[in-house]
Amino acid sequence: MTPVPGAPATEIRKTTCYMCACRCGIRVHLRDGEVRYIDGNPDHPLNRGVICAKGSSGIMKQYSPARLTRPLRRKEGSARGDGEYEPISWDEALSMLEERLRAIRATDPKRFALFTGRDQMQALTGLFARQFGTPNYAAHGGFCSVNMAAGMIYTIGGSFWEFGGPDLERSRLFVMIGTAEDHHSNPLKIEIAKFKRAGGRFVSINPVRTGYSAIADEWVPIRPGTDGALLLALIHEIIATGLYDRDFLVRYSNAGQLVHGDDAGEASGLFAVDASSPEGDAMYPQNKLWWDRLTDRAVPTHAPDADPYLLGEFTLPGGKRVKPAFQLLEERVRPYAPEWAAAITGIPAATIRRLAHEMGITARDQKIELPIAWTDSWGVEHSTVTGNPVSFHAMRGLAAHSNGFHTIRALAILMSLLGTIDRPGGFRHRAPFPRAIPPAAKPPKGPEAVKPDTPLGALALGWPAAPEDLSVDGDGKPLRLDKGFSWEYPLSVHGLMHNVITNAWRGDPYPIDTLLFFMANMAWNSSMNTVEVRRMLNDRDEQGRYRIPFVVVSDTFQSEMAGFADLILPDTTYLERHDVMSMLDRPISEFDGPVDSVRMPVLPPKGECRPFQEVLIELAGRLGLPAFVRPDGARKYRDYPDFIVNYETEPGSGIGFLAGWRGKGGEKFMHGEPNPRQWEMYAANNCVYHHALPPSYCYMRNWNQGYLEWTQRVRMRRHSQPILIQLYSEVLQKFRLAAQGRRPGRTPPEHLKDRIATYFDPLPFYYAPLEAQATDSERFPLAAITQRPMAMYHSWDSQNAWLRQIHAHNHLYVNPATARAQGIADGAWMWVESPWGKVRCMARYSEAVEPGTVWTWNAVGKAAGAWRLDANANESHRGFLLNHLITDELPWRGTRISNSDPVTGQAGWYDVHVRIRPAAAGEPAESWPQFAAVPPLPGTAEALPALQSYVAGTRKGKA
Amino acid sequence: MTQLALVIDLNVCVGCQACVTSCKEWNTSGQAGGLADLNPYGADPTGTFFNRVQTFEVGEFPNTQTVHFPKSCLHCEDPPCVPVCPTGASYKRAEDGIVLVDYDKCIGCKYCSWACPYGVREVENERKVMTKCTLCVDRIYDESLPPSDRRPACVMACPTSARLFGDIHDPESEVSRAIRDHAGYALMPEWGTHPSNHYLPRRRTDAHHHDDQLVRADNPLHIEGRQPKPPFKDPALDDVTSW
Repeated sequence: MTPVPGAPATEIRKTTCYMCACRCGIRVHLRDGEVRYIDGNPDHPLNRGVICAKGSSGIMKQYSPARLTRPLRRKEGSARGDGEYEPISWDEALSMLEERLRAIRATDPKRFALFTGRDQMQALTGLFARQFGTPNYAAHGGFCSVNMAAGMIYTIGGSFWEFGGPDLERSRLFVMIGTAEDHHSNPLKIEIAKFKRAGGRFVSINPVRTGYSAIADEWVPIRPGTDGALLLALIHEIIATGLYDRDFLVRYSNAGQLVHGDDAGEASGLFAVDASSPEGDAMYPQNKLWWDRLTDRAVPTHAPDADPYLLGEFTLPGGKRVKPAFQLLEERVRPYAPEWAAAITGIPAATIRRLAHEMGITARDQKIELPIAWTDSWGVEHSTVTGNPVSFHAMRGLAAHSNGFHTIRALAILMSLLGTIDRPGGFRHRAPFPRAIPPAAKPPKGPEAVKPDTPLGALALGWPAAPEDLSVDGDGKPLRLDKGFSWEYPLSVHGLMHNVITNAWRGDPYPIDTLLFFMANMAWNSSMNTVEVRRMLNDRDEQGRYRIPFVVVSDTFQSEMAGFADLILPDTTYLERHDVMSMLDRPISEFDGPVDSVRMPVLPPKGECRPFQEVLIELAGRLGLPAFVRPDGARKYRDYPDFIVNYETEPGSGIGFLAGWRGKGGEKFMHGEPNPRQWEMYAANNCVYHHALPPSYCYMRNWNQGYLEWTQRVRMRRHSQPILIQLYSEVLQKFRLAAQGRRPGRTPPEHLKDRIATYFDPLPFYYAPLEAQATDSERFPLAAITQRPMAMYHSWDSQNAWLRQIHAHNHLYVNPATARAQGIADGAWMWVESPWGKVRCMARYSEAVEPGTVWTWNAVGKAAGAWRLDANANESHRGFLLNHLITDELPWRGTRISNSDPVTGQAGWYDVHVRIRPAAAGEPAESWPQFAAVPPLPGTAEALPALQSYVAGTRKGKA
Repeated sequence: MTQLALVIDLNVCVGCQACVTSCKEWNTSGQAGGLADLNPYGADPTGTFFNRVQTFEVGEFPNTQTVHFPKSCLHCEDPPCVPVCPTGASYKRAEDGIVLVDYDKCIGCKYCSWACPYGVREVENERKVMTKCTLCVDRIYDESLPPSDRRPACVMACPTSARLFGDIHDPESEVSRAIRDHAGYALMPEWGTHPSNHYLPRRRTDAHHHDDQLVRADNPLHIEGRQPKPPFKDPALDDVTSW
């Protein structure tokens, strides 16, 4: 069959998907100016031609009736949340914002806060905040998976997803723990399928068997929040049976380095150093000690011909007792036997033991030797690269618990004991990772960093190495609105977006003026305690003034949050704008080298939509932020594409947002003068720049001399010291010493001292999540969690006519035994209650969930009228939001504290415990709570079709 | 005689629904479309899809399997939907075995959907004609497309390559080999419809270790002295026996 004669031809344009954060290459087929088809770009390194359900439904996002198309101002006299708006011009909107922000910046810049959702433009939004001079900036990481970033990066210098991942190409055993489907979604699907076809064994540890767990060879159900106990027991068994890779640990971790005992004053628990040998880089001193078992004495770490003891206790000349870090780890995990973990996790001890043996034996006996020569950081030449083919993947399932940081440290340590870091078949980094431990960037150190009309001296977010790096004042009070980098959450490397509204409402630590959210649905699925947060957004003081004076939202759609804004700025879709997946942010690198990419507009913006990037650059120019204006004050960049080409991190640095095709003719990589044709070159190359490295730079990169020097030469990193795996974390110990009053310098406020001393343990340990500790487990016996449906991304897809036919409303999945014990029938309406709230929803029996857990799909439930759905849509009347059960704050010593990990501030989404009961006869067959329907905002579709038949090229006048 | 078909590998299908919406987007603007959606933004949205993924559970906790099962027209070798059609709209192509509907002849009487034991035909909501999977017949022979793109949209999209496409009558085709090598099966053979589409079952990889693999001379605990030899001078049979 041939195409219908006379059928309009299609034109293909390449760009990058944004239906989730995966960033696959796509081909957009246009017919008569409308999107006829979106498929995967076969020449793109990330997805190699495949595409997912979301990517295939981009058409319905583009033509969604929920599109915001005009700047809107809340009507005088209407309340936030009422949805009463009037269209204004862009000039009015920007002038209003400019005037407000100019006044804030001239007085106290931190009274402006910018928080963004899963935006993929943190390099620009972060630059804007820094230039503005406010520390109150973060993206979504704090409520997403910051524990995964921090726990892994503070241990191995890299993490999962953009940062690195399992090398399934050569792995033999793959273990996935907790929900992680959406982080590196298509690449992981491609790789898991190949892995299974090649005969690899896939073990899934998860309370629920859905998603990728469905095709696992073995499903190991586990109680939520207890992964740390399992991982520590696995470590216990691996050490007890000698299944660890000793050679790897000796050379590539701090296992053999000697740690002072408790008798060393301010050096207690810190690494012993040889004061006579050079420390090298003061930020990352290298003069630590081993106890050489061949000569039975202390020697400099990595001394040639030495081999350190990993176990034992030794006495340094001078009498100080020291132990190798590995000895301390062994002591730590000694009580964590499989039987101990079985009682906590619900996994039989025999299964834990078998899994540990399987991991250890597979790693040891199925070794890979690649004929790749490389040189390590200590100058030793190796003729091969060795791999131990056991790999892991985890994301939010491990991260979103208030004990997640230590759980993830335990995972990173387990991976290290098995000798799998940056080796074939194990875990591999993606550039610019590995980074130093911790990475060099530091947050502002105190209130003196914030000055009127002045940029911050450093980025708002960074990686504290010691209490001196915290953002606190002389009394230890937080500098940031979210209390990030304070003693409450010292290593909150991604900020804490989830407490911003609560803190701003309360004026704690101080009141602010303007809160700008970019594509973050804080009035719904991105907040805990949603009902109260919506009330806070609309709350006024005694004088009738809003407690949060001015709220600005930029979004593409009429989200729940849009209706709470005073000013709404309509953003474009991903098909209507330029974008960069920058090396300065979170690029899309592959194991074999750095990759960054761009989006190219394939359609004109709808209505008056403007890309948020353009808004920021315009505002920055109007406000005269130094990086965005010439010395004479004139605007420096015409628009966002011009900014991307010509911006340099410092004048003449040659480093900009895009790493590919730099230099006058596009001949340089990573640094080089601006190339006026850079966009064209990306466009002509599938919108992606892939800098493939030679094989000798593709493995062992924490300690690969050639690779590390290369990263220095291309200015990807300033430091080139070996990045030793931190089984034992001196960073954490420094905070603990401060809390114990044994360290000069900053100390925590009195009420936080024992919190710091407890949770800043240099070795991983298990504790029940803070919320579980605060909950009566007799009254609330069940864990309640969410998982992400593969066909939807957060709340983004309920406006999508095709995707919502897959998930129009959600059920609560309950093990039949658990449901029957409460008299709840399959499909029946039921109540779920936590100590903090309740919801009414529908039950669905499932044998694929462990009996102590109930779960539902994340963010399917909606507020009536939001996302331009009919007020009677399934999402709002049959669907529900689990967030109503989750508290944003926990009672704590007569006061309250954020429901977050005490180390990183990670939101404890998956810690809530509940009880269930049937709904009474005669109750409405409708989810609860319900909210008054918000009206359609001006500029969204005027009417909704009863029937829609999309045929590209025939919708003239309808769009 | 060619018989084109899909072979779906349940061993790698994760139920991501990529095949469902990529099918919809290709076909609604293609020769089989439009494929209307009723109440697309209202209560109980429902529309025409040629391909849907059903998810079900097998077994009781903890021995539970979650199975994602994509289902579309199976292009039967002996399709019961064809002889029941009063107008001849439902037909099976001689050249490649694809079962199609001629919309110009279809009167929307639904006999064919009653006759189909697999429930894979859907009346289009606006045009009121019977629709179904065409194996993207408007792609696979389109010479304006590069050869690698002349495949059904669902096959192109599938991230796990769970969907294989080819001629099951050619014993050397990828699909025939997959059926042969991995115990491919047809749905409900008792109906005698001889479905062309096949499914590959789940295949479980187990771990097998022996106890002696935990006992090794190179156990690193020896190096640390944690599995020490008894002191040389401790009593031994050497001291008390002679032969």
